[in-house]
Amino acid sequence: MIRSLFLMIAAVLVLAALAAGPVRSQERDPILVPAVSQQEVQVRQGFTGTELLLFGAILDPRGSRAADGYDIVVVLKGPAEPIRVREKERVGGIWINSESTAFRSAPTYFAVASSRPIGEIVDERTAAIYELGLEFIQLSPGGTIDPEEQARFTSGLVDLRQRQGLYKQDMNGVTIEEGVLYKARISLPSNVLTGQYTAETFAITDGRVIASAVAEVEVRKVGFERFVEVFSQSQSLLYGLLAVCLSVFMGWLAGRLFALV
Amino acid sequence: MDVYLPIANLSVNGLLIIALGGLTGILSGLFGVGGGFLTTPLMIFYGIPPTVAAASAATQVTGASVSGVFAHRKRGGVDYRMGGVMVVGGMIGSGLGALLFRFLASVGQIDTVINILYVLLLGTIGGLMMREAWASIRQSQKGVPPPARKRRHHPLISALPMRWRFYKSGLYISPLAPLILGVLVGTLTMLMGVGGGFILVPAMLYILGMSAGVVVGTSLFQILFVTITTTMMHALTTQAVDIVLAALLLLGSVSGAQIGTRMAVKFKPDLLRLALAAIVLLVALRMLYGLGVRPDEIYSVAQL
Repeated sequence: MIRSLFLMIAAVLVLAALAAGPVRSQERDPILVPAVSQQEVQVRQGFTGTELLLFGAILDPRGSRAADGYDIVVVLKGPAEPIRVREKERVGGIWINSESTAFRSAPTYFAVASSRPIGEIVDERTAAIYELGLEFIQLSPGGTIDPEEQARFTSGLVDLRQRQGLYKQDMNGVTIEEGVLYKARISLPSNVLTGQYTAETFAITDGRVIASAVAEVEVRKVGFERFVEVFSQSQSLLYGLLAVCLSVFMGWLAGRLFALV
Repeated sequence: MDVYLPIANLSVNGLLIIALGGLTGILSGLFGVGGGFLTTPLMIFYGIPPTVAAASAATQVTGASVSGVFAHRKRGGVDYRMGGVMVVGGMIGSGLGALLFRFLASVGQIDTVINILYVLLLGTIGGLMMREAWASIRQSQKGVPPPARKRRHHPLISALPMRWRFYKSGLYISPLAPLILGVLVGTLTMLMGVGGGFILVPAMLYILGMSAGVVVGTSLFQILFVTITTTMMHALTTQAVDIVLAALLLLGSVSGAQIGTRMAVKFKPDLLRLALAAIVLLVALRMLYGLGVRPDEIYSVAQL
C-alpha cells in the first residue's frame, strides 16, 4: 500500500515536471500538483466511513525542488444544501424550538487541514476569502441580516456538525517533506452525504496564496444501497408494498417456525 | 456487526438494532402491545433521524402483530365488524397524521409535539394501569376475590346517533365511537411511530366496554392494518422507510414476540400489568425530564 503510494507520488512528480516545463519562463510561482488516494468513495454495505489521503507535490519552476517556507492548507468540501437552523429556548418550563435562520448553501461536509495553525499562516481577510478555517465557512445566510444573530447561528451549526464529525479542522494535519511532498489524512464518517466533494489545496507563503489546485472525489452509493435509495424514491408505492410484504411475511414465518419448536 | 442504512444514511451496529427489536418483541408478546413506544425513542436516542425511526418502527409493528392476529383469529378473538370500523377510522387518522406531521415539521415543532404527546399519553395510561394493577394485587393478597367489574360503556357513547350491533363484542352502540377512536389512534401512529395498542386496549375496555375476550385480538387487527397504511403513507410522502432498518428490527421483534408469548403464560397477569405500567411510566418520566432539562443540542438542522 505505502509502496504503491510512493510509486504513485513519484509518477505524479515526473508528470508534473514534464507539465511544468513550458511555463517555466512565465511564472515564478510554484506549481501545485494535487492528488487524492481515492477518486471515488463507494458507500456500500458495511461502510463505516473512510480515510482520504490528500497528497501532492509543490514544484518550483526554477529548480528541481521547491524552496522552504511554504505552508499548505487543504480544504475538503462536501456538496452544499439549503438548510434551516433552529435554536431551542426555554418557554414555559420546556425547551422548544423558537428562533431560526436559513442558510442557502451550507456544505454538508467541511474539513480543513494545515501545516501550521492558520492564524500563523495568513491574516483573517485572506482566510475569509479562501474559506480557510471553520469560522470562515461561507454559508450564504438568507433572511435575517443582524450580524450578531447570524454569528450565533453559524457557530451553533459549526459546533453541532463538528460533534457529528462532519466539520473538522486539524491545525497540524498537513506534513510537508523535503519542501516538496505534502500529505494530509482526512476521515469521512459514515454519515456523510453522497455527492461531489472537492479538495482544494493552497500553497501559502508570506501570508499570500501563491498557488492553488483542485482535485475531486465522488462519494456515491453503489450496489444494493444505491438500489434501495433509488427504488424508494422512484417507485415509492412499490417500495412501500415491499416493506409491508416483508414485515407480514417475517411475522408469519416466525409464527410458523416457533410453532415447530 | 456494522450495517449501513441506505435511507437513514449512516451505519449502525446491526446486533444492537436486532436486540432492540427483540426487546420490544418480548414486550409485545408479554403484554400484547406493539412496543413502538419504546423502539422509536430508543432509535432516535441512538442517532437515527426521527422521521426514519418513526416510519421504520411502524413497519416493525406490522410484523410483530401479524402472528398475534393469526393466533387470536384461531380462537375467535377478533371482532371483524368492530375492527373494520376502527381500521377505516385509522386510515383517515393516518392521513390526518401525515398532514399534521408535515405542518409541524415545517414550523419546527414536530419533536416537541411528539415528546409532549408521549409524556401525556404514557403518563396517564401508565398511571391508570399502575393503580388498577396495584389494587387487584392487594385484593388477591387479602384473599378477597376482586369484585366483578360491571362492564358498561361510557355514557357519552350512548349519546351518539345510529346504532349497530357488534355481536362478538357484545355491544349495541354507534359505529361513530370506534371510528373516532380509530382516527385518534391512526393519527398517533403516523406522528409517533407507535401501534397505539397501549391506548386502544384500555379505551376498548373502559370507554367502549367491549368484552375482554375480543379486545386484544381486535386491537391487534386494527394495529396490523393501520401500521400497513402508515408504512405506505410514509413511503409515499416522507420516503423515510428504511427497509434495512426495518428488516433488522423485524428479525429481533418477530422472534421476541414468540418468546414473549411463551413467557406470558408463566406469569400472573396482575404482575405483568404492573410491570408494563412501570415501563410505560418510566418512558414517560424520561421524556418529561428531557423536555424540562436543557437539551444537549440547542441547535438543530432541517433541510429545506
